[in-house]
Amino acid sequence: MRQLSKLPAQPKRWPWEAHEHEIVLDPDATVREVVSAPGTARVCTCNDVRKETIVDAVRSHDLKTVKQIGNHTSAATACHSCARVCKKLLDHELGRQPKEHQVVPVCSCTDMGHDEVRKKIQIERPCSLEDMMLRLRWRTADGCAQCRPALNYYMSMAFGQKYDDDPRSKVINERVHANIQRDGTYSVVPRMFGGVTTPSQLRALAEVAERFEVKAIKITGGQRIDLLGIRKELLPAIWGALNKAGFISGHAYAKSVRTVKTCVGTEWCRYGVQDSTSMGIDLEHIMWGTRTPHKVKLGVSGCRRNCAEATIKDVGIVAVDDGWDLYVGGASGTRVRAARFLCRVGRDHDVPEYSGAFIQLYREEGWYGERTAAFVERVGIRYVRERIVKDIAGRNLLFSRFMRNQKHDQVDPWASAAVDQVQEHFVPLSRLSKDLPS
Amino acid sequence: MKRSLIGSSWRRIGTLDAIPCRGARIVETDRGPVAVFRTGDDQVFALDDRCPRSGGPLSCGIVHGHQVTCPLHATEVCLETGEAIGQRVGRVLQHAVQVTEDREVYLAVSNEVPRPRAPS
Repeated sequence: MRQLSKLPAQPKRWPWEAHEHEIVLDPDATVREVVSAPGTARVCTCNDVRKETIVDAVRSHDLKTVKQIGNHTSAATACHSCARVCKKLLDHELGRQPKEHQVVPVCSCTDMGHDEVRKKIQIERPCSLEDMMLRLRWRTADGCAQCRPALNYYMSMAFGQKYDDDPRSKVINERVHANIQRDGTYSVVPRMFGGVTTPSQLRALAEVAERFEVKAIKITGGQRIDLLGIRKELLPAIWGALNKAGFISGHAYAKSVRTVKTCVGTEWCRYGVQDSTSMGIDLEHIMWGTRTPHKVKLGVSGCRRNCAEATIKDVGIVAVDDGWDLYVGGASGTRVRAARFLCRVGRDHDVPEYSGAFIQLYREEGWYGERTAAFVERVGIRYVRERIVKDIAGRNLLFSRFMRNQKHDQVDPWASAAVDQVQEHFVPLSRLSKDLPS
Repeated sequence: MKRSLIGSSWRRIGTLDAIPCRGARIVETDRGPVAVFRTGDDQVFALDDRCPRSGGPLSCGIVHGHQVTCPLHATEVCLETGEAIGQRVGRVLQHAVQVTEDREVYLAVSNEVPRPRAPS
């Protein structure tokens, strides 16, 4: 246990006082706001980088790109949302006229934005990532850690089954279907549809946790059970054990549908007006495995009190007396955003249809690495309503494309067939020891 | 670049084809895991599998050009020098590696003690 009794001596200023008069530059800050902000204004909230630090670095190291700023100050290297502010600062420092609405390039390997790259893929129809970089005049031969995963996603969206997914263009979590932790071990989250479990599931899980000497077990924010501290080489074995106990991957590591959080709804709750638990379970059965530009979390609440916190989810569903209210584009990460109201639907089967159509729209038009919150902000909630609510034929098409794709995407990566193909990720190439001559 | 090879010798670790292109494999050694990288242009590099920033496993990173991006905090490490690019977090120790004509990979594990992390 951590010693709570050993409090540090009282600081001159309490942490909250330090932030009291602090100016934080919003990712959407205008050129005027960026230029006139004081040097102490915070640009990058993830890595706590101030404007003066960036300006100093640009001047003293003669920096020319946002990426170089990242390398020197670590600004815009975590969530990248301050990249536009950095660009405006950089342009101002270099004596160029900063643009208010600039195309955000995919990365420093190109000047093209995400939309242009997607269009070019449709026209050029490249056969591989390297071929594509050549045709799109990339500055590097094989891209960088930022653009490769994005291009890999766009290629698989454009060509579906015909494109061989490149495991070398995926981050480690997606390659080994687990979440890397700070000490290099992994955490494993089995899927529990709707966050509902049974005594026999819990027993099976406990048995696996004991057998593999799991270091810690934690209930996640999305109502799942996280097994932490697993060594990489043990991952295939633990998946096999979980598979055998009836679990599939929870995709807690993936840019995909992660969880559907639910409350107990009419089944138990005295306030519930709809069966939110069953709705959540059904939704998760339909949605799991889909590939999206960033993670997608859903929530289903059985009444207005909203215990499943649906209004800060990518897709939030809140029960009302005569149906369900649908919300989209909520988030609770680096920047909290309340989901925007999409529409009210009357029939239960409308819920997966509208949600699936929205996720398909996001799959097709969202930028890689852009959460639905940023996507909805960018295209506008009116546009989303136009496509999902007003255009009935369009919605049906979106949903049928979503369902057609689910036939291929709903493959459990923990199943043995999938594991055999990636065996090499888990075992050392060789073991060398002083006593053993080669 | 200074590299001490005294006390180390070339050891065969496997074939080039066993290392995925734009990827890496681990070799377990007495000094801990060593990451052996194969780049897009089929060159091979070996580094201690510890990111200079906070010890992340570099072998799990995305390999691009002659660089690898650490999976923990996206620190870019140069495969040619072991240096963290643009960041003052020091460098990671390199090991000599060779590919023969019949695509066999040999590694000479350096016995140099890793330098302590530069104060950030």
